[in-house]
Amino acid sequence: MSQKILIADDEPNILISLEFLMKREGYEVVVARDGQEAIDAIVRERPALVLLDVMMPVKTGFDVCCEVRVHELVRDTPILMLTAKGRDTDVAKGLALGANAYMTKPFSTKELVQKVKEMLSRGGVQ
Amino acid sequence: MSGHRKTDRRLWWLLGVAAVVSIAWLLATFWLVGATMDPQDRDTVWGLLESRLTLICLTWGVGMAAIAWGLMRWFDHWVTPSVQLAEEAQVLLRTDVVRNLHPKGNVETKVLADLFNQLVVQREELRRQMDARVSEAAQGIEQERSRLAALMSELTQSVVVCNLDGRILLYNNRARMQFRALSQAPGVAGGAELIGLGRSIYSVFDRKLVAHALENIQQRMLRGAGQPSAQFVTTTAAGQLLRVQMAPVRSVQTQMMESAADRIELTGFVLMLDNITRDYEAESAKDQVLHALTEGSRSALANMQAAIDMLDYPDLDAAMRERFLGVIRDETRSLSQRIAALESGSADSLKTRWPLEDMLGADLVNAVLRRIEIITGLPASSVEVDASLWLKVESFSLLQALVYLTGRLADEFDVRFVQLRLGVASGSAGKAQLDLIWSGQVMSTETVMSWEMDPMKVGNETTRLTVRDVVERHGGAFWFERERVRHQAFFRFLLPLANPQEQVDAALFVKSESRPEYYDFDLFKTTEQTRTLDDRKLVDLVYTVFDTETTGLNPSEGDEIIQIGATRIVNGKLLRHECFEQLVDPKRSIPAASIPIHGIQPGMVLGQPTIDQVLPAFHAFAQDTVLVAHNAAFDMRFLQLKEKLTGLVFDHPVLDTLLLSAVIHPNQDSHRLEAIAERFNVTVIGRHTALGDAMVTAEVFMRLIPLLAEKGIHTLGQAREAAQKTYYARLRY
Repeated sequence: MSQKILIADDEPNILISLEFLMKREGYEVVVARDGQEAIDAIVRERPALVLLDVMMPVKTGFDVCCEVRVHELVRDTPILMLTAKGRDTDVAKGLALGANAYMTKPFSTKELVQKVKEMLSRGGVQ
Repeated sequence: MSGHRKTDRRLWWLLGVAAVVSIAWLLATFWLVGATMDPQDRDTVWGLLESRLTLICLTWGVGMAAIAWGLMRWFDHWVTPSVQLAEEAQVLLRTDVVRNLHPKGNVETKVLADLFNQLVVQREELRRQMDARVSEAAQGIEQERSRLAALMSELTQSVVVCNLDGRILLYNNRARMQFRALSQAPGVAGGAELIGLGRSIYSVFDRKLVAHALENIQQRMLRGAGQPSAQFVTTTAAGQLLRVQMAPVRSVQTQMMESAADRIELTGFVLMLDNITRDYEAESAKDQVLHALTEGSRSALANMQAAIDMLDYPDLDAAMRERFLGVIRDETRSLSQRIAALESGSADSLKTRWPLEDMLGADLVNAVLRRIEIITGLPASSVEVDASLWLKVESFSLLQALVYLTGRLADEFDVRFVQLRLGVASGSAGKAQLDLIWSGQVMSTETVMSWEMDPMKVGNETTRLTVRDVVERHGGAFWFERERVRHQAFFRFLLPLANPQEQVDAALFVKSESRPEYYDFDLFKTTEQTRTLDDRKLVDLVYTVFDTETTGLNPSEGDEIIQIGATRIVNGKLLRHECFEQLVDPKRSIPAASIPIHGIQPGMVLGQPTIDQVLPAFHAFAQDTVLVAHNAAFDMRFLQLKEKLTGLVFDHPVLDTLLLSAVIHPNQDSHRLEAIAERFNVTVIGRHTALGDAMVTAEVFMRLIPLLAEKGIHTLGQAREAAQKTYYARLRY
């Protein structure tokens, strides 16, 4: 059975590429367009990995991270943050709030796929 | 000398002693002679003498008289003159009387009298010198004061000096303008309620903030810092961001002290204010632009990058390929739109600027003209310089640019004469245009361009700067134009103007003929008074003298205030520049019959603030002062009827010049303002504007104070009591 990946981003222009890419790599893809939707989807779908954008409406990626990490059922879900916030302090904040990895936009899709594979093979949070 | 002169008692004593001694001597002689005789001879001699005893007494008497005469002569010549000299010298010593002592008596006393006279002359001379020196020093101090006031008033930084109670005792024009910008009050009167001699700085700044800064300074002084100062940033009630630098004012005596602990006695503090709202906004705008350019672009780039990566997959179907291409087009378009918007909207805030200073445009023009003449030797003059313009410039680099251009004009185009022109830029708001004009042959665009881009060479010095650098750092522009009609050409610099609000005020300030009273150092001595106002002396109080113009005489029947004017008296000085003048929209018609009296046309009050906006500002203006008005009851009635509307109670103590005049001159028929003003020889200018009348009232009031004092009326309480009595007395008639 293929692994399920949640892509949370409010920009359709990136969603279309990421969805296509992940499907091509053989993953099942679920999409969320704001922070709250993302949390609901994580709880409902139990994805193997979350690609999480930071700047989203309703709740930011940081908020989603925090809530997921204290949620009994899904606290171990691996999260890969994809964000336009490139400052060291933002990276530090994302990792501190519970993201497992952090990639700054723009990124190469090859690296992204590699990173996703790497995280999934590790089988979640250590 | 005339009249009876009292004889010295010592003379009588001496005479008595002489009498006793001579009698004793006679008796002793008789006894000695008698002792050498036998008893028979003694009886014979005694018999002979007894019958001539009267003769002997007579001779003794004559002898005594001779002695008395001698003694008197001796006294007159030796003793009395020195006694008199001593008495007269006492008078000279104890009083300031200057007169010559008459030398009399013996030679030595005459010499002494002469010496005394010389000493008196010397003393007088010393005293005169001392007086001259004191008055010179006083004059010096006065000169220094006015020099300081002049200096302060021209400073481009706001400076306010306060005593330890936070009372303002000196401020400059720039501070006045800045406080005006801070004011929440409407119209031209705004700001006057915040800044003024004797007013509290705590109406602008939080007391705790200032106390904290003072404490910091004191600590630094204790640690031995030479120039301790403290800085804080605060937001004012009006939402402005102010950076305040505080420096201590130490008492003169303590500055001399040896140990640091002795030197920290403060008498006040100096505040230097910078309104950094604009800087802050500019910084924020710059941040926003940077943010939009970095993070905003990142997303777009990521979207494009991802789409492009997808296009690399060879097995992509046509529909999918078109979607990815659509993403790329979409993102490219929005990215270029965003960049275009940023460039047009916030280009100004992105450029790095030099610290620019406010400078009077006319000063800059004069400096440039001088420089041109000195360095290039070319005659230069100014035409059409708007003297009221304040520029925000880095004057030195600008000066170099203009001298450099003139130099090239002279060298390469044989120009023999240049002119400078300064005015408000016609096409660009907030900018001034400075033109360097010459007449001569035509210049190509390429030449202008190369002059603009070449490093500037001024005299023998070459700088790394170009004209373009200078212009860009000012956020300005530079170009070349020809005026065909006049056969002239010019280089035009667009330069930023100083803050428009400040500029208008500065223009007013330049035109005002007298230097305003922005300082009162006597306030250093006043500390917070705990006595009630009634016990305080009239000369010590702070007054708000005011007048209102109204639509009519019956406030209860709907008449309204249409103008309020007020001025302040602090420490016995009328502060003409700390005035309050505001038209008020009465929200009703102005009766035509009243217009000739106050001269306020209905059109003038349109768009003016209403009474509920004006009264709070006036209330603040009059805070902690005694209200003075002519026929105050009338004006107070209008104010009191608005108490419900504004929630502000005018419960200040009130003095009425009409009643006070009646106290002073009970027998005069008229106590109308004109009549009193004439009696006191007060020049009446601008009567029947509220401010004009307030000024006249203030002048009259200041002349009343000493006259009241002559009648034993010194305190506010006494003045109010006297006024009340007259009031009742007048009612009875």
